[in-house]
Formats: sequence, C-alpha cells, structure tokens
Amino acid sequence: MKTRVINLIRRAAAALLFAPALALAAGAQLHLDQAPVSKDPAALQHGAKLFVNYCLNCHSASFTRYNQLQNIGLSEQLIRDNLLFTGEKIGDLMKVAMRPAESKAWFGATPPDLTLIARQRASEFGSGADWLYTYLRQFYRDDNRPTGWNNVVFENVGMPHVLWELQGEQVAAVSENPDGTKHIELSLAKPGKLSAEDYDKAVADLVSFLVWMGEPVAEKRQLIGAFVLLFLAGLFVLSYALKKNYWKDIH
Amino acid sequence: MSVDQKMDSGRRNLLLATSAAGGVAAVATAVPFVASLTPSERAKAAGAPVEADVSKLAPGEMMTVEWRGKPVWILRRTEEMLASLEKTEGLVSDPASDRPMQPEYAKNQYRSIKPEYLVTVGICTHLGCSPSERLKTGAESGLGADWPGGFLCPCHGSKFDLAGRVYSSMPAPDNLEVPPHQYLADTLLIIGDDGKA
Amino acid sequence: MTTKSQALLNWIDERFPLTSTWKAHLSEYYAPKNFNFWYFFGSLALLVLVIQIVTGIFLVMHYKPDGTLNASGIPVAFASVEYIMREVPGGWLIRYLHSTGASAFFIVVYLHMFRGLLYGSYRKPRELIWIFGTLIFLALMAEAFMGYLLPWGQMSYWGAQVIINLFSAIPVIGPDLSLVIRGDYVISDATLNRFFSFHVIAVPLVLIGLVAAHIIALHEVGSNNPDGVEIKKKKDANGIPLDGIPFHPYYTVKDIAGVVAFLFFFSAVVFFAPEAGGYFLEYNNFIPADPLKTPPHIAPVWYFTPFYSILRAVTYPLFGLDAKFWGVVAMGASVVIIAFLPWLDRSPVKSIRYKGPVFKIAVAIFVIAFALLGFLGVKPPEYAFFGVIPGAPVAQICSVLYFAFFLLMPWYSKIDKCKPEPERVNFK
Repeated sequence: MKTRVINLIRRAAAALLFAPALALAAGAQLHLDQAPVSKDPAALQHGAKLFVNYCLNCHSASFTRYNQLQNIGLSEQLIRDNLLFTGEKIGDLMKVAMRPAESKAWFGATPPDLTLIARQRASEFGSGADWLYTYLRQFYRDDNRPTGWNNVVFENVGMPHVLWELQGEQVAAVSENPDGTKHIELSLAKPGKLSAEDYDKAVADLVSFLVWMGEPVAEKRQLIGAFVLLFLAGLFVLSYALKKNYWKDIH
Repeated sequence: MSVDQKMDSGRRNLLLATSAAGGVAAVATAVPFVASLTPSERAKAAGAPVEADVSKLAPGEMMTVEWRGKPVWILRRTEEMLASLEKTEGLVSDPASDRPMQPEYAKNQYRSIKPEYLVTVGICTHLGCSPSERLKTGAESGLGADWPGGFLCPCHGSKFDLAGRVYSSMPAPDNLEVPPHQYLADTLLIIGDDGKA
Repeated sequence: MTTKSQALLNWIDERFPLTSTWKAHLSEYYAPKNFNFWYFFGSLALLVLVIQIVTGIFLVMHYKPDGTLNASGIPVAFASVEYIMREVPGGWLIRYLHSTGASAFFIVVYLHMFRGLLYGSYRKPRELIWIFGTLIFLALMAEAFMGYLLPWGQMSYWGAQVIINLFSAIPVIGPDLSLVIRGDYVISDATLNRFFSFHVIAVPLVLIGLVAAHIIALHEVGSNNPDGVEIKKKKDANGIPLDGIPFHPYYTVKDIAGVVAFLFFFSAVVFFAPEAGGYFLEYNNFIPADPLKTPPHIAPVWYFTPFYSILRAVTYPLFGLDAKFWGVVAMGASVVIIAFLPWLDRSPVKSIRYKGPVFKIAVAIFVIAFALLGFLGVKPPEYAFFGVIPGAPVAQICSVLYFAFFLLMPWYSKIDKCKPEPERVNFK
C-alpha cells in the first residue's frame, strides 16, 4: 500500500516534470508499457535465474558479485549449485568469458554491461524498467536484419531475440499513422514455450531483477531514509522551540 | 527573579535536549563514514578462504599459498624434522604455545592439525617481514653446526623452529601465526575457514 | 566557569586571540534583529560547503581518476564510482550526499544571491563582499564543472567536450588554449587527472579562501537587513547598535533550526530521489564514457542551464567573428556582469521594500527570464512550448531581458519612485 502511494506520487511528479516534453512532436514519442516491477524475493530469484541463463552469456554484470544475490534471498549453496559457472567463486563478479575486444569483433559491438541498464534506460517516456519491459516483449521477425530480428522500441537492434524460445516468434504489420509516423502492430506467428501471459510475467521478473541490480541498496536506502526524516522532524521541533525560547528576549 | 529562574530552567532543558539529539545525529552521521574505512566487498572477496592441494608435496618440501595477501606456508615435515622439535623445546620462548597465536586445534606440540603438515603465516611477528626458510641442518645452513632447521627473519634476525616457534631472546615476541584452516579431504586444505564463523 | 578552565583560557588568550575572535565574530558581532527567511541561505551555503568537503575527502579514498579500460572493458574511473556505490560500506550514502550536495549548493547559493538582490546587500559599503561572492560563484561553477567529469559517464564526457570546445572559439589563441586545457587532442585520461587535481585541491583551496574573505569583509562592515537601513547609525550608550543583537546565541539557535529544516529536505532527496528525476544525476551518466558515441541529447546539469541557454541564444556573427565566439562572450559576460551590480544600482534606497514599482517589475521580469533560460537549457534546441511556441526565440528574448536588467539598471533605478527608508528596522 505504502509503495503504491509512493509510486503514485512519483508518477505524478514525473508527469509534471515531463509534461512539457510530452508536448514534443509526436514523431519522437516512445510508447512504453508500464513494467510491473516487483520486490518479491521469489520474482527476483526467478529473474536472476533467467538473467544468468539467457543474458550472462554475452552481457556481463561486472559490478555485481554472485554472493550479493544473497540479498534477494538466495542461499550460498543455491548460488553455487545453480548460478556459478565452473571455476567461478561465490565472491566473483558476474563477468563473461568473452573478452571485450573479441566480442566486438564478433558482434560489431561489445554487448553492454547490464549492471546499470535499468538506470541507463530511464527517459522522459518512462522508467528504465518500462523501457526494458517493452523492449524484451517487442521483438519481431525481420529478414532484412542480419540476426533475423528487429525490435519496435529499439529499431535495428544488434541483439537477436534470445528469449524467442519462451515467447515464440512475432511478426510485424507496419502501417502509417495519420501524422506520417510508422505504426507497428505485432502478432504472434509461432507460439513459444510460454503463454503470452506467462511470458510477460517472466519478463517482468527479469526486469525486476535488473532494477534490483541497478541499485541493490535502494530498499535499504529508503528504510534508513524514513528513520532519518522522522528523527530530523523531531529535532526540528526541539531546535525550533529552543529558538523561540531564546528569541523571547528580543523585543 | 523567580520568573527569570523559571525561564532559565526551561531554556536549559531545551538546550540539553537539542544538544543531546544533535549529538545522536552527529554520531549516526559518523557511522557511514567510519564504515567506509572498513574492508569493502572486493577486499572481502579477495580475502576469501583459499584451497591448497598438498598431495604433490614431498616430505621435507614447502609450498606457499596467498591468503589475504599474505604468504601462508605449508611445510610437509619429515620424521627427523618432527624429532627436531623435541630438541628446540628448551630453546624457544613459548614451547607450549600458550600465547594465542594459533587456533585451539593447533595448540599442541607440533602446532598443527596433522603433525606432518605445518600451516603457518610466513610473517615475522616482530615487524612484519617474511622470514626465509632455513630448512637445512647443521653448518650447511650457515647458522651454526647445531642448527636443527627452521626459519630466519632477514630483517632483524629472529629465528623460528620447524613449528614456527620463536627462539628465546629474539626481537620477535611471538610464534608465527597459524591461520584458521581445516582439511576438506585427506590432502586438500582450506585456509581461512575452519568451519567456525 | 571553573577557575581551572578559566586559567587554561587565559593561557591560550595570551598566545592566540581565541576569546577576542569568538567575541568579534559571534558573541559580540551585532546583527540586525530583523533578518527574515532569506537570511538562512548564507549559513546553509557554509553547511553545504562542509558537507561537500567531508564527503569529498572520503570519496577520494576510493575513487580512481583513470580513463583506461579495465578487464571488463569499463573505464576504471566509472567502475570506481560504482565500486563506491556497491562495495564500499556506506559508500552509496557518501556518494549520494556529495552528488545531491552539488545541486543543493547551487540552490542555496542562487537563493543567497537573490536575497542580496532583493535587499540591496551589494550597495556601499558592501561592494567587496559582493565581489568576493561573485568570485565564489565563479569558483563554484568551475568546481562543479570539473567534478562532473570525474564519474566518467557519457554526460560527464560529452558535457566536458562541449564546454572545453567553447574556449576554442576565442580568436587566435582559442584552439591552442583548449588543447592545453585537455592535455590531449580529445578528452582523455590526461584531462580526467588534471580535473581531478583541480577539483579536489586547487579550487577548494581558492573557494575556502574566498569564503573567509567574504565573511571577514561582512563582519568588518556589518550585515545588511531586509529594510536596508544601517543599524550602526543608531547606537546606545555602550556603542551597541540599538537594532543589533549578538549573533551568538540568537542567530546561532535560529540558524540551527534552519539547518535542521534544510537537512530534512536534503535527506528527503538523498534517501528517496537521489537522481531527482534525472536532474541531479542524469540517466545517460550511468553509461560509461564512450568517445565514439555522443548521446542524442546533451544538456548540462540544471544549475548551468540559464547560462548555457544564453550561449546557445547567440546565433549571429558580428565584426567578422562567428556566432560561436559571441556566444562564449555572452555567457562569460552574463556571469561577470553580476559583479558590477553595486555600481549599476543608482536607487536612493537599498531594500526592495522601499523601491518603486519599476524596480519591482524589473526584478520580476528578470526572475521569469532567468527561470525560462534555465528551463530551455535543459531542453533540446528544437524544443517548443506545447509543441507550438518555439523555444529558441524565447531564449533569445530572455537573454536580452537578462542583460537589460543589468545594463538598464542605472537608468530605471534612478527614475523609480522610491518610498522613504525608515529610521529604524521593522521588527514585530
């Protein structure tokens, strides 16, 4: 409940701040779906598993240590058994085996480190989580691309759709908006292992994990903050009373 | 007069309360700053326990592993080496390892879990130099004909026997430190972790 | 006081002016009793300076000014900031205090300067206080600009790129000058290291020196007040101003309450919105610096945007020199002109309370122009209000208004119909 109120306030503030920006020419618009970001440990753990299995092969998370995953409720043994690659230690950073120079030669660009991706992708159109949630659900088949994939929010993206087994294959029907901009309508051509609903849930978990990883201390920060503000409020009452008392002398 | 005194006591109470609360705030503010001086997650990860495989260590040989940036010696002692500890008993300053330089399980004649393997931090207890190994006995060692084998600190000449016990009247005050360790298998050691906290 | 501590104090006083300094600057420094809300921001600026210095000292213990790439292909400097955020115990808090402190510094200083403008605190005999203050503002801008390069993110890198290239607009020496500033042909490790050195040592030393001069000059002539009357003109038999009260304890307890209130809002940002919607920490700055890829939209941090807008507003070449040069001149002038305020204001009264309608309207227009310039500086050049009113000409108009406020002041402050100043301050 509390988080919902905070979210509401935050969203209202964001709307106020960015209201003028939204009035920009329609062409620059980016329509993002709102990501159902969760702090539930089960969702985060599922997201961590998806991340290690699907992302960590090419993308590093080189500011995060495996043992920090204990903060989302995974036990040391569980991390050892399920998430570590052979030869890695629990205190290691989540790096990839590929060297940046090699991956650049193979893919044309080094796949970016994903530790901070949720913080990087924030914009006036929505939070970084919204962007990621939309992006990971809007891949479609495009034979003109070397990878065979394209994306609605990230046009001509270099990354193939790594989650296609789960989502299935989407195809795009491109039409033109009245204002001349491109409108892309996606439909599922070949179903994947998961239903559309379950796929959305899986992506939401993955995004929740990425948000957590962007700032693992976020929850603790707000908790400490609540105490700090309460304390300062009390201190203000005292210091204001003290000021009043002294200033009684002044006429 | 009485009015003034009344006002003063109210002011004093407020002053005390505000100062006390301000003091609490100052101390609380200091917490993250002091915490930032303690070892970081990276330092903790680098200081994690290390494993050492001693299966290829021949009797009389020594290997060094790095733990928390310090050399940890593992010496596989021969029968003669173990016997020499009887002779040095009277020459060392703390023969029974009464000082807390080792975990409880290494507080014995050999200062080790298994008599054969000595595990010790190779840092002199005087001023932190790393002693050099003088495992050879007698005149060949350059330390006199009756040298039974041991370690010599190059900085200030402290001598240690083959259990890391410091000789009497040396600059170093204590025996070499035995780090927490345990055997994961017959010849597989882990240093820095003895199963207790 | 017990005799022993009195004896110790005497011992010190014979060797060091402890008691006399305490008296001169606190317990017997007489400040006007009618200070209002606006007078909090001076002590708050001092508080933020202390916060920045203390958090800065601790950040330097972990930060590495190194533009080379680590094994994961991330610049070491960028990685060291994330290291502070994640791996150093309490590091995240210290870093957020410092990054929020930077913005807080400017908020507080802008309000402090505005106070001076409202009540004529720059007028004789306080011209030097005002000039020291302007220099503090300049040093603060340099400090903030160089500090912003240190996280070595995309905005750090490209922001510095744009600003340093400004210097190349200066005729003849420009290109060489920007080369000397960078120490390389591009922003590089060399630039990062010299900015680090300036940010942590050189500029803070200058800043502290200037702040000391600012306060010493203030305590020499005494504080102005919202009524703009000199309290030293009316003294009692002991030579104490009738409208003056000892700074300590009256203003110390008042400022402490102000400090606590400020810390409340400051903490709210630090703990609940350290990015402040991308204004205090820009989203693109979470991407490591990439010399080959410019982010689609570069804007300086909010506190520079009014001046940045003035820079962008100049689009006409003049006297055979291109617009870029005049943009730089305009931006520089827009800051420097503040220092001349004591000689531009010809009004017979100091405080806006007794100034006439013309000055009040001029200030209102100035505030609106400044805010609009700041707003437009955050937006891309092609921005239009509600999608219809183009921003660029608005910025140009506002730039003209900004300068007009200063340059026309000798005229409009003189013709204005002022009310008579009171003899004594208003205090209820």
